[in-house]
Amino acid sequence: MSLSAAPLLELDRISLSFKGVKAITDISFAVARGEICALIGPNGAGKSSLLNVINGVYQAQQGRVCFDGEVRRHMRPHHAAERGIARTFQNIALFKGMTVLDNVLTGRNLKRRSSWIEQALGIGRAHREDDVQRRRAEEVIAFLNIQAWRQSPVGTLPYGLQKRVELARALAAEPKLLLLDEPMAGMNASEKKEMSRFIVEINREFGTTVVLIEHDIGVVMGISSHVVVLDYGRKIGDGPPDEVRANPEVIAAYLGTRH
Amino acid sequence: MDFFLEVLIGGLLAGVMYSLVAIGFVLIYKASGVFNFAQGAMVLFAALTFVSLGERGVPFWIAFLVTLATMLLLALAVERLVLRPLVNRSPITLFMATLGLAYITEGAAQALWGAQVHGLDLGIEDVPLDFGGLLISQFDLFAAGMAATLVLVLSLLFNKTRIGLSLRAVADDTLAAQAIGIRLSRVWVAVWAVAGLVALITGLLWGARLGVQFSLSLVVLKALPVLIVGGFSSVGGAIVGGLIVGASEKLAEIYAGPLLGGGIENWFPYVLAMLFLLVRPAGLFGERAIDRV
Repeated sequence: MSLSAAPLLELDRISLSFKGVKAITDISFAVARGEICALIGPNGAGKSSLLNVINGVYQAQQGRVCFDGEVRRHMRPHHAAERGIARTFQNIALFKGMTVLDNVLTGRNLKRRSSWIEQALGIGRAHREDDVQRRRAEEVIAFLNIQAWRQSPVGTLPYGLQKRVELARALAAEPKLLLLDEPMAGMNASEKKEMSRFIVEINREFGTTVVLIEHDIGVVMGISSHVVVLDYGRKIGDGPPDEVRANPEVIAAYLGTRH
Repeated sequence: MDFFLEVLIGGLLAGVMYSLVAIGFVLIYKASGVFNFAQGAMVLFAALTFVSLGERGVPFWIAFLVTLATMLLLALAVERLVLRPLVNRSPITLFMATLGLAYITEGAAQALWGAQVHGLDLGIEDVPLDFGGLLISQFDLFAAGMAATLVLVLSLLFNKTRIGLSLRAVADDTLAAQAIGIRLSRVWVAVWAVAGLVALITGLLWGARLGVQFSLSLVVLKALPVLIVGGFSSVGGAIVGGLIVGASEKLAEIYAGPLLGGGIENWFPYVLAMLFLLVRPAGLFGERAIDRV
């Protein structure tokens, strides 16, 4: 098997519980390089917990995670970031006091190589680097079409835009894997359409692998090439959208219910 | 007029000393949103360690560096034993933890070095200099110079470097900060170590003036009105707040003292702080919370 055919992310029999309450039970699946993979399932199915395991916020009690050819049992969020995993949060987690530009610049935190002494005095690598970081941040801002708000404090922006700024910050890190926790929650139809388009474009232009959680089945089936269905912390479906749609267990647990 | 200027300048310079204490609070407040009650104890600990080393014949700069290293160890211990276990807890929990930390630090300082009063001589005489008829204390000028240098270094560190941006990120949202690759533990150690450096400089200057003793940990009380006037989250605010408090309390003492019976400078800053709380609760330079409803 060649390296490029190996999955970027592989979860192997992951189990996670909180003080005896099982959140995730024995889940395995693989995410191929360059695909958009959607995690779906009813509320409380363990989708966010699973995302938090991938990015190191939670440590799974059992199982292992293999990312980009490296197996690890314990990983902290900053390690995950160093290895190329960026994410957004279900409840927007932006730096509210900072401007849009500064928020996006924080996403480039790990790309800086100059020492803090060079940065403080504005000498050596720091000077050149500032320009590079800024240019990259501006590129991401232009890509996501939020130039008009570059200098606004993010706390003052409407919800839909904040979601986009959060995506911009994650994208600024040039991640291999982008984890999006309900990127379209609380958006109206046209905002959802726009956000879906951004996600597809990110995936196509930069080849970024995306794992996202989304409730809107229409959106999920439209943009993802791989769907994993969870229910009560177990995996009940895994495959291309059409196949998952036809799976009777999935229909019973999720697609068949009115919501 | 000369007398007024003399009082004003004396007040401003005394204010610089208050600012120094306040800066220590601001640093930690900026990084973790917690009022560090132990800052005063850190001042005492640093000054006592330095002076005790000096009395055992350790040269000035060696003693300074050893004390600095001790403050770094203290920062590491605080991060490991207090902050890390309490990550993502409410500010009031952290505040209570710093309260405990204050007593432990004070106790450790005195268990280690004893409770007697030590004199501290920095080699700068506390004599007035004559500037065209204005008498200004040489020691106060030295203190002001130290404070100015410190503020310059801190502002370069926090406005120009990645540490500064990380600091603001951690203060805003720890979870998001971790997700972009910031190591919380490093940021916290860095901030507490810098607060330790500030405590050391504060301890040396205040110790030289008051003597190194237990009451040194009470200078923090003077920082409270300074912080309320200047704002909890701004180093610049701490400086301006200190100057305002220093100048106004001295002027009030001289000009309103005879009318109200003297001793005004002891309570005037708190009245000033109360007025600020009513009119401008975030202080002059504090960040006002932005909330969308």
